[in-house]
Amino acid sequence: MTDSELISAPASDPVRKGRMVVYAIALVIALALAFAPFLFQDVRSGQVAARICIFIVLAASYDLLIGYTGIVSFAHTMFFGMGAYGAAIALKNSGAHWSSVIAGGGLGVLCAAVLAVLIGILSLRVKAIFFAMVTLAAASVMLVLVSQFSDFTGGEDGIVYSSPNLFKPATKLLLGDDGKVLKIMGVSMDGKIAAYYFVFLSCLVLYWFLARIVRSPLGTVLEAIRENEMRAEAIGYRVVAYRTAVFMIAAIVAALAGVVWAVWLKYTGPESTLSFAIMIDILLMVVIGGMGTMVGAVIGATLMSIAQFFLKDLMEAAAGATSFLPLVPNLLNPDRWLLWLGILFILLVYFFPAGIAGTLMKKGAHK
Amino acid sequence: MALPAKPADWFDRIGGVNALPVLLMIIALPLVGSTSTWVTLTVAGLAMGMMIFLMASGLSLVFGLMDVLNFGHSAFISFGAFIGASVLAALAAWVGADSAILNFLALFAAIGAATTFGLIAGLFFERVIIKPVYGDHLRQILITIGALIVSEQIVLAIWGGNPVAVPRPAILDGSWIIGDIAIEIYRIFAFFLGLAVFIALKLVLNRTRLGLLIRAGVENREMVEALGFKIERVFVLVFMVGSALAAMGGAMWGGYQGLITGALGGEVMILVFIVVIIGGLGSIEGSLLGALLVGLLGNYVAFIFPKLSLASNMLLMMAILLWRPWGLRPALKR
Repeated sequence: MTDSELISAPASDPVRKGRMVVYAIALVIALALAFAPFLFQDVRSGQVAARICIFIVLAASYDLLIGYTGIVSFAHTMFFGMGAYGAAIALKNSGAHWSSVIAGGGLGVLCAAVLAVLIGILSLRVKAIFFAMVTLAAASVMLVLVSQFSDFTGGEDGIVYSSPNLFKPATKLLLGDDGKVLKIMGVSMDGKIAAYYFVFLSCLVLYWFLARIVRSPLGTVLEAIRENEMRAEAIGYRVVAYRTAVFMIAAIVAALAGVVWAVWLKYTGPESTLSFAIMIDILLMVVIGGMGTMVGAVIGATLMSIAQFFLKDLMEAAAGATSFLPLVPNLLNPDRWLLWLGILFILLVYFFPAGIAGTLMKKGAHK
Repeated sequence: MALPAKPADWFDRIGGVNALPVLLMIIALPLVGSTSTWVTLTVAGLAMGMMIFLMASGLSLVFGLMDVLNFGHSAFISFGAFIGASVLAALAAWVGADSAILNFLALFAAIGAATTFGLIAGLFFERVIIKPVYGDHLRQILITIGALIVSEQIVLAIWGGNPVAVPRPAILDGSWIIGDIAIEIYRIFAFFLGLAVFIALKLVLNRTRLGLLIRAGVENREMVEALGFKIERVFVLVFMVGSALAAMGGAMWGGYQGLITGALGGEVMILVFIVVIIGGLGSIEGSLLGALLVGLLGNYVAFIFPKLSLASNMLLMMAILLWRPWGLRPALKR
């Protein structure tokens, strides 16, 4: 982007229009999520909505790293998992109380923060590209440790536990005149809806916090580091300190999202929190949505989560229709949906490196 | 090295960082306890190290020369392992035959097929996937991750999700028993194959004009270009050889494991990354050193504290990064 474009950008019409479109989409998604229990009343949709909320926060915190600061980390699910396992182990061992969520989750978040700082000062000073490898190694070691210390973590099977009393389906949140659970638009005001709004509001707060960070002076420094590290250092910003700090912030947010996820899901295992597949999901969400735009995370996470459900059905049908050909049905098998997503991902990085939001808003493009 | 202190002096006299694998062996002896177990573990560690070296050297050179970190490297490892296994399965008659010649023919056919695939796929990969994004680390990482996802899925689509058994040639099956020491023959073979590749690489890099160009390119790419050499052609060649070595290492690893799944590439890749970081980017000596350390430590720790074997390599990496942030023997500190 040249200087003249930069200057004329806010005034030019297509850009403003694109920006409006992006924010309109984000607003629609936000409203849909806010009223999800009323709009989509089956169980599966409820799950998808909660998953989207959590992943918006995860993708946004990852965007803070990859999009705003230019750090590529593969340890994001590790921090997510640490928060989730902290809450899960406490809920399992000391009962389903809020105190165990706070104590266990807090401990998990603290561990995540300490580990993030350690990894940060150890490897962020060397070379940005080392960092990707170090975090990848750290994340896979964590995965192995979790599956080996199965007395503590439940190993591959994970941990099943119950959430605090407030979120039990039997809890009566509001009572109607007849002494039964009040129904609003056909939705009973019980523990399930409390659990959903707990997820929604926590994620809203976390997302708001991230959006504040990128708008703050800190966010500007981070973008300066991304664009030209040497120059930022020369101006007097301690690049390593900033990088480590932002890595820690992202880790803490991811761990908090993990705590919320653990409370909602009432199950924590490697597949639901730590696996490399989830890391890929987050990466895809951020890139598809648009790196360096916080709204991109909202769009990417929503699109991916919905696609995961519908693409599989579509591929099932396609595989059935082509079953007479060799190898083709194999490639169209619903289990192979990542293949097509991977191809899409490569094409996207080639042709639209700015992602959906970035392309529409004509900003955030990395050359 | 401003003020050489006493311990550093002593350390340099016994060979500096090159002596680390030997030091590790000596330290491990009393911890393991019995000499025969120690010999078995050491041989296993050396063989494992050599196989990891095959896979790591390519990655390290590609990074050193082209400044490209190829996360898709593990795809070549997976493909190498599966192609090797398929060829061995197809030549089952030769594999099981009683004649050493037929055994070796089958084995070399398998390794050759994997390596050839690596060469061709490397060419394709470099031209199609990596060339458009030279000089942009972020997009390189993203693109190669995308390629990794796709190729892992292709492996799953072709060979399925179930573990595939890798037949082992009759002559390499079984062990030599010397006294109360048992040494698997396959491990000896793996060790010498790795050693041969190392010597060949070293000769090419140090004794030929091409090697001179490669080393000069690692040191200062622009200068070499300014002198009128088409460094891009050298890049392609190095990338192809790197991928071929990864596929060869994958085929050997498959035979070593006996049973392979689609996750093989990803699992080995962690070790490869650790090796490249420990050894220092861009140098094959560093890769060899790192690979031997990782192989030996992995085997010793798996025997002494079974639960910590992978974590031990991680700790090793952390310690070495603290001591030498650029790795043990980096080609350049960039």
